Amino acid sequence: MALIQANNITKSYRMGEQEVPALKGLTFEIGEGAFAAFVGPSGSGKSTLLNLIGCLDHPSSGTLRVNGVDVSSLSRSAAATFRGENLGFVFQDFNLVPVLSAYENIEYPLLMVRGWSEAKRRERVNQMIAAVGMTEQAHKRPDQLSGGQKQRVAVARALVGQPKLVLADEPTANLDHDTAYKVLNLMKAMRDDFGTSFIFSTHDPKIMHEAEQTFTLEDGRLTAGATA
Amino acid sequence: MKSTLKLAMRNLLRYQRRTLLTALLITLGVVALLLFVAAAGSFKQTMVGSITDSMLGHLQVHRKGYTASMDNLPLTMSLQPRAALLIEDALKADPAVAAYSKRVKLGAMFSNFTENSSIRLNGIDAAAEDAAVPALRQRISEGDKTGPLVEPGKVLVPALLAKGMKVKLGDQVVLVATNASGSVNGKTFTVGGILEGITGPGGRDGYIDIKDARELLRMDKEEVMEVAVRLKDIDQLAAAQKRLTSALDTIRNKEDKPATELHTWAQLSPFANIVKMIDMMTFFIRVMLVAIVLVSVMNVMLMAVYERIREIGTLAAIGTQPNKLMAIFLSEGLLLGLAGAAAGVALSYAVVAALNVWPVVFNFGREQITLHPSLATGEVLGVLGLAVLVSGLASLQPAWRAARMDPIQALRHV
Repeated sequence: MALIQANNITKSYRMGEQEVPALKGLTFEIGEGAFAAFVGPSGSGKSTLLNLIGCLDHPSSGTLRVNGVDVSSLSRSAAATFRGENLGFVFQDFNLVPVLSAYENIEYPLLMVRGWSEAKRRERVNQMIAAVGMTEQAHKRPDQLSGGQKQRVAVARALVGQPKLVLADEPTANLDHDTAYKVLNLMKAMRDDFGTSFIFSTHDPKIMHEAEQTFTLEDGRLTAGATA
Repeated sequence: MKSTLKLAMRNLLRYQRRTLLTALLITLGVVALLLFVAAAGSFKQTMVGSITDSMLGHLQVHRKGYTASMDNLPLTMSLQPRAALLIEDALKADPAVAAYSKRVKLGAMFSNFTENSSIRLNGIDAAAEDAAVPALRQRISEGDKTGPLVEPGKVLVPALLAKGMKVKLGDQVVLVATNASGSVNGKTFTVGGILEGITGPGGRDGYIDIKDARELLRMDKEEVMEVAVRLKDIDQLAAAQKRLTSALDTIRNKEDKPATELHTWAQLSPFANIVKMIDMMTFFIRVMLVAIVLVSVMNVMLMAVYERIREIGTLAAIGTQPNKLMAIFLSEGLLLGLAGAAAGVALSYAVVAALNVWPVVFNFGREQITLHPSLATGEVLGVLGLAVLVSGLASLQPAWRAARMDPIQALRHV
């Protein structure tokens, strides 16, 4: 069974009197263990699509199934629960909680979303910190970390709850070239180690070649969906 | 819960200066309220104590209608001996009554042989008066404080009159009174003591023995104008008043109407209104505290939510439930209120303790009031609870905003 099944999904926004279409009928499937990229220029609908897959928004029409669940019309609270249990997020600006240390940032989803016990959390967080190579910096706060280190922590935070899928919206946009590659390789290694699927968006041609599956979006339509 | 509080604490410490300033504002509000309550309570207690223990007693019984014309000290409105005996029976039967004193009240002319002035007099039985108003003897500024309050042939002269008429302890004076039937009688007395005046009705009265009073008025029966009653505990006032009112109601006049009236000290003294005013002021200071906490906490929490919109979006995106987000911001406001109020309570206890070591004395004319403020645990817990409750209310709207935020909009916020 495919991890993501999109059937003719559309999304439009109302701007004043006008209805502005952002996605114009997308149909695609992404399988388990994918390392896929949505590519395209700004405004092509990449972020909108990731928001729909991430259950942060609802499609205007069509059906969208993520991990076998129809997420087209989940309530706010049900969507939060679904995200907490099935999805991980990596953001362009890292979005770590500034008052928490690297360790605590990674621990947050297990503590505040899943409610795991202390012993169980400690074991899992330490495992993830080691996996992203941040053990030395575990007790540093985000403002004491470099951009690459922050994104490593963010990747660990996204993976700590062992989600089926991690969504990363322009994860390398704020990183230099070398660091961007390192973070992508880290994500790929995590996919290999934990079996988690990664879907990211990018408009950087150098990065998009790292993806094993690329979907090209232009003006709200899929112009190419190919397996690398 | 613990992790939510930890996160709230960290976030409060993120903007230390702002948190400190807001907490300080709450602290000041709590200190102002608690100190006012403590000082006003002490002032009230001292004043009520001085009025009831050295002058009025806790309750007074008069003939029906006497208090309405009390200022004139009417001689025609006395309690007849039969009624006085029935009143005594009722008082003796009541378990809350500690003592009572029968008084003959009259207005007289006071002469030092060269000048005249008017004086209000209480004819008393020294032992009974001492039991009913035990602090009266403390007002004796010159004379024997330890012996009987007043002996036959002697008069306790109010200090202001003694000074104005230039009479001293041991001087001879003449008291002249007109009796109920209009005949005038005079009698020579020795000044047995000088009495400090206090605020309130009867605070500038003189005292003579009850037998002297009756002789001066040529009273052939044992009539009484007033019975002052002391209770074992002033807290029983309301219950005792209720019981005694129904007991005294059985004493009837010829028209079969109640022959007596019973009043509490509060109904007889204008100070009761000052007590009400103090209570009203306390209420308004409480309202001000609520306003301070409400505005300051709400302001800080609105700012906190506004500054952390992206963070809220992130937490929501990674699966934090809206009610958990709400709890994070609510506990931040509650912690802020609690910290400010707790510091205020601690500071208040310290100031109250200091005021008891180095007391503050207020002079009201010739009266001196020393404040001995104390903080009732109930009051302290009430103020603490109020501050925390209002902090919670003030954080409710900002926390609700955070919980309802659309994660996409929030993540896009710059």
